[in-house]
Amino acid sequence: MEATVVKTGTEDKTWGGGNQPLKASYGKMMMWFFIVSDALTFSGFLASYGFSRFKFVDAWPIADEVFTHFPFLHGVEAPMYYVAFMTFILIFSSVTMVLAVDAGHKMKQNKVILYLFLTIIGGLIFLGSQAWEWATFIKGDYGAIETKGGQIIQFLDKEGERVAIRDFVAINDADRIPQTRENGLWFVQDSEYLPSVTFNQVKEGFLANDNLLVRLQHKDEHGQHIILSREESIAKVVNDGQLVVEGANLRHNEYGHPLFANFFFFITGFHGFHVATGVLINIIIFFNVILGTYERRNSYEMVEKVGLYWHFVDLVWVFVFTFFYLV
Amino acid sequence: MAHEHKLAIFRGAVKFKSNVSKIWGVFIFLSVVTIIEVALGIVRPDFLIDNRFLALKLLNWIFIILTIVKAYYITWDFMHMRDETTGLRRAVIWTSIFLISYLIVLILIEGDYIFEVYKSGFIKFDF
Repeated sequence: MEATVVKTGTEDKTWGGGNQPLKASYGKMMMWFFIVSDALTFSGFLASYGFSRFKFVDAWPIADEVFTHFPFLHGVEAPMYYVAFMTFILIFSSVTMVLAVDAGHKMKQNKVILYLFLTIIGGLIFLGSQAWEWATFIKGDYGAIETKGGQIIQFLDKEGERVAIRDFVAINDADRIPQTRENGLWFVQDSEYLPSVTFNQVKEGFLANDNLLVRLQHKDEHGQHIILSREESIAKVVNDGQLVVEGANLRHNEYGHPLFANFFFFITGFHGFHVATGVLINIIIFFNVILGTYERRNSYEMVEKVGLYWHFVDLVWVFVFTFFYLV
Repeated sequence: MAHEHKLAIFRGAVKFKSNVSKIWGVFIFLSVVTIIEVALGIVRPDFLIDNRFLALKLLNWIFIILTIVKAYYITWDFMHMRDETTGLRRAVIWTSIFLISYLIVLILIEGDYIFEVYKSGFIKFDF
């Protein structure tokens, strides 16, 4: 294994790289400095999230009301439980990783294999959970109306429970007519964003149903969204309503401000990308361990280096969890 | 590779016999902190929401402090920062802390300023 020299030939030379004042190998130190720069990237993202949130601090969605789903428990309100589960998965895969590093120090190949395998499984479970979380977020639940000014208004019944627009929408003949060549309009494109019902259907259903109120994006001094009376609600929907929003994408977001969805996709997406590359690197190292590369090299330091990266991914998630879901 | 691990956490209050048992101890500690965070996030006690310290709700102070505590133990024990030399530790930690605090303070003050402009200036966001 000539390609994997441990010694550099500069030992005992004060000049020329022989000295190790930090008592860490080149590779490990560079991993630390990469982590510092990556931490700054994530701080930039989280700080810009904070900036936008402070900018619209009285109209920001409440995370507890956005992430309320748990797989296989449809219709059950379970705020936070699923992200808590994801957090535990990631912390636990961090534990198996550090156990792998520890087994590496003791040169126990089989234990390193076992713990690295568990780490990879944990990473894959996390990625799957995140995919499910994204799918649920994109699909949406209750639906909402966007006003001409870009505000989101959501529907409640008089008891204060959320009502989905599909439950009260007036199903009449839709005002969408398929255009054909005969109309001379074959070149007209559909608008990019097509919810399953039109605004007029929702408005009709809302006016016919006396039990419905609307809730604004703006919050009162207790941090709860302001709920309008029936008369104010009608005025709001009729005068300001413009568009039906179902789920979330980069332009419209039924949960509140579109920036919330943008940052959600961007920050958790970037973190998920880190998890994915972490799993990939772990798999490469896993096969190297099985092949005995590090036995021959007589050092499992490579496991330690990928371990640093994997722990960093966990560290970032701790912050994302706090600033997206808790605060 | 004979690595020396420092086996005491909580400023020496808890000492472990081996590195493996220290890992499990830190894991239990991190789990307890996470459970506290999630429980507070679900319950959201009123007195923690209605009272503020330096313009931030007490609940959010608790979340942020617990997060930093978790970050400390992940870095110190899982990433073995406790065992590195002082020079490496300071090069990594002080640099990050300085740059990140600087960025966050400036950006959040700016965000709050724009909020005030929307609220009391001529630009409106409430139609």
